Formats: sequence, structure tokens, C-alpha cells
Amino acid sequence: MIPEIGHFALILALCLAVTLAVVPLWGAWRRNLGAMALAPSLAVGVLVFSVIAFACLATAFLQDDFSVRVVAANSNSLLPPIYKFSALWGNHEGSLLLWVTILAGWMAAVATFSQQLPTVVLARVLAVMGIIAVGFLSFSLLTSNPFERLLPSTPADGNDLNPLLQDPGLIIHPPLLYMGYVGFSVAFAFAIAALLGGRLDAAWARWSRPWTNVAWAFLSAGIMLGSWWAYYELGWGGWWFWDPVENASFMPWLAGTALLHSLAVTEKRGLFKSWTVLLAIFAFSLSLLGTFLVRSGVLTSVHAFATDPARGLFILVFLALVVGGSLGLYAMRAPTVTSRIGFAWLSRETLLLFNNLVFTVATLTVLFGTLFPLVMDAFELGKYSVGPPYFNAIFVPLMALLMPVMGIGPLSRWKQDSAARWRAELLLPGLAAVACGLLLPLFGQGYNLWVALAVTLAAWLVLGLARDLHNRIRSAPSIARGLRRLPASYWGMQLAHFGFAACVVGAVAVTQYSIEHDLKMAPGDSETLAGYRFEFLGLARVEGPNYLAQEARFAVTRNGRPVARLAAQKRRYLASGSVMTEAAIDDGLFRDLYVAMGEPVGSGGAWAIRLHYKPMVRWLWLGALFMAIGGLTTVADRRYRRHRAPARAPGGREAAHGTPA
Amino acid sequence: MAPRLKLFIPLALFGVLALLLARGLQLDPKELPSALIDRPLPNFSLPALESGDMLTNATVTGEVALFNVWATWCITCRVEHPYLEKLAAAGVPIYGINYKDDSSAARRWLAELGNPYRANIVDAEGTLGLDLGVYGAPETYLVDGAGIVRYRHVGEVNDRIWESTLGPLYRQLAGGESGS
Repeated sequence: MIPEIGHFALILALCLAVTLAVVPLWGAWRRNLGAMALAPSLAVGVLVFSVIAFACLATAFLQDDFSVRVVAANSNSLLPPIYKFSALWGNHEGSLLLWVTILAGWMAAVATFSQQLPTVVLARVLAVMGIIAVGFLSFSLLTSNPFERLLPSTPADGNDLNPLLQDPGLIIHPPLLYMGYVGFSVAFAFAIAALLGGRLDAAWARWSRPWTNVAWAFLSAGIMLGSWWAYYELGWGGWWFWDPVENASFMPWLAGTALLHSLAVTEKRGLFKSWTVLLAIFAFSLSLLGTFLVRSGVLTSVHAFATDPARGLFILVFLALVVGGSLGLYAMRAPTVTSRIGFAWLSRETLLLFNNLVFTVATLTVLFGTLFPLVMDAFELGKYSVGPPYFNAIFVPLMALLMPVMGIGPLSRWKQDSAARWRAELLLPGLAAVACGLLLPLFGQGYNLWVALAVTLAAWLVLGLARDLHNRIRSAPSIARGLRRLPASYWGMQLAHFGFAACVVGAVAVTQYSIEHDLKMAPGDSETLAGYRFEFLGLARVEGPNYLAQEARFAVTRNGRPVARLAAQKRRYLASGSVMTEAAIDDGLFRDLYVAMGEPVGSGGAWAIRLHYKPMVRWLWLGALFMAIGGLTTVADRRYRRHRAPARAPGGREAAHGTPA
Repeated sequence: MAPRLKLFIPLALFGVLALLLARGLQLDPKELPSALIDRPLPNFSLPALESGDMLTNATVTGEVALFNVWATWCITCRVEHPYLEKLAAAGVPIYGINYKDDSSAARRWLAELGNPYRANIVDAEGTLGLDLGVYGAPETYLVDGAGIVRYRHVGEVNDRIWESTLGPLYRQLAGGESGS
């Protein structure tokens, strides 16, 4: 019964979404206030019924209702309850339902928090999101119904969730990632609404910015969790693989990074309007494209779920309508008049333009690398796979080009700046950064030029940020009051840029300095790695809820002092019989110690053991976390909590709102 | 070019991309364009991963077997690995072709994940892979007792693939041999 209620709720959500996609748009066109005013309630309605559907499927998973096909295929009665719940999105149908629910959540959030928008703008924004919801709800209902039953031949037990996905990181990774993906639909909807209304101005940019920042923050956090999961769960210490599915989430992130910087220029200076709109369309289109690539089976990947050509065709048609339609609208409506607002070569505008250039090139590079195998296949030029060498060869120089400019960015002035001022401001940070680059790598495993370069650039960023902070509080009566006076959006920028610097240092240090040993060890043996002595204490048999494991226990000491106790496992999952390696990790700010079990070797309890020393690997994820927190912090800025615009006057006319700086 | 016309460039580019994706949908990335079917396994003489002895066609043929192309850089291979172990445990002979890989990394991999292979052919330069027409890992070839390639599967071997295509063919070939 419960699955049928869920199915019915999903159908109702579709009906409401269709109404939302049609009526407010008609209202905006005919200037019908009643029709426009329906939009917020309809958006909340879509959310209510999506949540009901989601709850019904979650109930089916938690109650082991194996008559529901996706439950039977992806869960098992022995699975711990938390994984039964997360198994909901460990499959195509369920993850699509999650997608739709999150989209409805964003719609309802816009409906709730954007009451100060002119009615006509809000109506258009929600209607555009409604169109997207119609697409995904009908995709779910027509091609991938999560509530399909296996009646009467209901299996006694389920197939179990892929053991790779039975992991705490994977409980929240997909929801965070989808929050980011789908969140770009808000910026997209604002852009389309602005094109429809014919008004692309500073106010539009100001409305879009907080939504874009939040979506970007979630996407950063989601990507970070995915990388962290790959690191400890796939068992060989890698953290990024340039896999098509990773790229699918990385491309919207890159485009989104360009977008949020471009929005800053549009809000503050009224420049780059057409470009910003294009980036907003671009970022969300890449989210959709990512969905298409992952769901259609066009590209093969370890992450890809069951693939089905009918699904692929559906998404492609939807993609063509949404992206083609919005780019068509862009071509017809985007302003072509050259802006009269000028800016000098040395100015913040130029630096942000450079940021946009770098991130756009990076996005296109990843897009090209991801689609290259498909292009070659389509023209029957052979089958290819594009690997890390290609991506690294382009990415590393791009980031190295970006960072010198990024160090100047926060200090620069809008409109017109001077090289003399930059020199005066940045001479000290520059010299200090070079000194850091020369000295700091001495504390690592030998001097390394790549690390030196990374440290120099990261120090340049951080010292530039510090200098800027110093400048901004210099005139305040006390440091504390000066700090308090700074707006939240400024703190967000500080945190995010700092996080980026940390990421760069972490990525380069872990790539250059990692040490790994593979050896045969019997209980009692020990091995020393980078000053850490790993002693193999012994083996134990451990029974998990749905697996049996051999556990190898290690004591780690350094100079005779205990550092950690590590217990690596080799698990055999009962339902599927698959064997998984569970690495044991002692994490630290400056190094991770990592033990993974191989196979038993000979008799006498000896095992092949892999020991890793991974310096500064945490900086990668901490950096990404800082970026995410930075993105969220900007939302607290005072200027987003503005008084209500006077545009809610009868007739819903687009009254003037805000003035470009 | 008129300013308005320039704004159509993104749309045009997207049009090209959409056509490409539509074409992509009709292609099966796992389709096998192998010219080797029903022809003998190419001649090779390459070292074995475990012992370092030279392996040739003669040493690895003689019974119906799977030849699995794998590498440590291949994520899908890792996913596939447990299933190969299962097949090996069920008595299916599997030879590995360690393709364009680092041998010490490959030995570690086998030590860590288990070794379902009868033997592993080290194809560090990818020469055997070239002769076979390998374009990526994993790929699996079904070779009969006379050393003739009978089937090629591109991508992961899993329960579904084994039960639908590879398994029946294997049983048919293996059964035919023991019957004769």
C-alpha cells in the first residue's frame, strides 16, 4: 500500500509542477496577478508531494519490502538500517527521486525566502524551475518508476547494496552533490526570468548571488566527500581519478566558480551581463549534461548505474529542450549594446575576467576530455579512453597561472588601479611567499621543486589575503571592532580563497611526498616508514552485521612513543560474497598513516600488507571544506536581507529596483 | 558579424553537441568491433608476472579459458575483480593480460585483492593488446582449446554478462570438448 501512496504522490507532484510551469508564466505574460501569485504555493505543493513520495520509498527500504523492485535489487534484511536508508539513492530510480525532491526543496526555498522579489520575477523564476521539475518528474514516472512492484514473485531477501556504497561517506555524498547540481537551477531560473523580462541589471545579479554561492558551497562539499570516500574506501590511497562521473560533478563546479565571480562584477559594476547570463545557463546545463552522461550509458564508468537507451533518449530530448531553448532565448534576448561603463586594464574587473577565462578554459578542457572518447567513437575513429595525464597536463599549468593573479584579486580596486599601488601593497607578501617557498619544503621529505612552487603560490595567496584584511581594519579603533565591521560576504571570500590555497598545498604535497611500502608481514613483524614503526600485533576474527572479517591489528610508534593503534580489515559480505578491503587510517593534520590488508601469504598467519605515509592529504578536504563554509558564509551578508522592494504593487509591474553602482 | 548573430554561437555549438550525444546513444561503448573472432590468438612471447618465465601461445592454450585484460590503473577492473575470483573458484580457467601496467604495482594488487589467474602475461608495452585490438581495460576474451578466439567482451564481467553471454558460450565450448 505504501509504495502505491508514494507513486500517487509522485503523480500529484507532476500535476502541480505542470501547473507551476504553465500558469504563472501565462500570468507574467498577461500581467495577471492572480495567476502569478499562485507560483509560491504551487512550488511548496510540489515539495510536499515529493517528500511524501520520498518518505514512502524510504519506508519501503527500512521495512524490507522486497516486493518493490528497487528495494529487492539494492537492499538486504541484514543491512544496517542507516545503509537501508542510504540504499535509497544507491540506485538509478531512487537517486532520481532524491534529485526531484531536492529540486522541489530549492523551489520551495526560493518561494519562501524571495518574498521581496517583484511578483512577476518570482513567478517567472518558479515557473522555469517548474519546467525543470516537470522534466525530471516525468522522467522518473515514465522510464524509472521507483515504486515498481515485483508481484507475485516477491523474493525472500534482497540482493544487498554494493559493499562499496556501504559507507558513512556515501550516506551524505549524493545528497550534498545533488544540492549543488540542482542548486544551480536557481541561478539558471533567475537568468531565464531576466531574459524573459528583458531586464538584466545589478538587481538581478544581487538576487542570484546568494543562491549561486550556496549551490556552489554544497557542490564543493559534495565533491570533497566523494574524493575522501574514494581515498579510504577504494583502498589504494588515490583521491581523484578524472573518471567521467567525477568530471560530471567537477564541470558544473568549475563553471559555477566562474559564474559567482562574474556575478560579482555584474552586481557591483553592471558589466559582463550577457556573459554572466551565459555562464548561469552553462553551469546548470553542465549539471544536466552530467546527469545525461551518468544515466544514459553513453560513457562507461565505475559509478554508472544500470543503463537503458530509453532513459538516455528521454534525458537527451529534455536536455535539448531546456538547454537549446535557453540558449535560443539568450540569442534572441541578451543585450547587445556595448556597455558605456568602462574599466582600465589594471583593475579588479580585468582580474575577474582572467578568473573567468581560466575557469571557462578549465571547464571546456574537462568537457572535451570527457567527451573525446564519444567523439572518436561517433566518427568511427576508434575507441579511446582519456586519462589523468591529459587532465593533469592542462590543469596544473592553468592553476599555476591562476594563482599569481588570484593573490592580487582581493587587494585590487574596481574600475582603475595602478601597478605602483600593487607593487607597494604586495612587495612584502611577495618576498615573504618566496621565502616560504624556499624554506618550508625543507621540513618535508627532501626539497622538492613542485612543493616549493605550490608553497610559494599558496603563501602568496594567503599573505595577500592577510594584507587585505590588515588594510581593511587599519582605520578601525580596535582590531576586534574592525573585524566585526567587515561584511559576511568578505569573510566568505577570505575563507574560500584560503581553502583554495590549502587544497593546492595538500594536492601537491601528497602527490610528491607519499611513501608506500608493500610487504609480507607476520604477527610480530615490524616495519619503519618515514620514522613511524608499524608493529603487526596479530590477527582477529570480527563479525559485522552483514559481513565476516579478518582484522590485522597494528601498533604504531615513533621514537618509542605510541602514536596509534590501527585495525585494517578484509571483509567478506554475506549476501553478495564480495570481498572488500577496509583500510585503517590514522589521520592527522600533517600526515595520514594508512594500513591495508592484502592476501594471506603462505602459512603462519603472514599477510601481504600495504603501508602508506600520506603527508598533508587532509589539507585537500579541509581546503574544500573551507571553500564550502566560505560559500555559505556569504549568504549571511546584510545586503541580501533587504527591505521589501516596492514592486509588489497591483499589476505586478517590474518596478525599478536597485541601481547599478 | 552583427552583434546579435554572435549570440547564436553558443546555441550552434550546443546543437553540434546534441547531435553528437544523439549519435552516442546509438553506439554501445561496450560493443566489440573485433576482427579476431574465430581466428587464433595472436602470437606472443611475454614474461609471466609472477614467475618471470616466458609465456607463449603454447603455454596458455589447450583448454577453454578466459583471457582478461586488466591493469591497476583501471577502476572498473577493481570492481570486476571479485567476480573473477568467483569464476576462478568455480573452476573457470582465467589468464590475465596485465596491460600497460607497472609490474610491481600489479603484483601488489594481486597480493592485496587475491589472484584469480592461472598466470599473468606482462604486456607492459601493449604489443599483445595491439594485436588483440584492445582499446581499454577491462576486456575479456573467450579462447577455446585450440587457441581460437571465440568471443570478446568489453567492459566489466559481472553476473549478468556471465549468465547471459559468456557463461553459456563457455559451457558450450567446454562441454563440446569433453564430449568429443
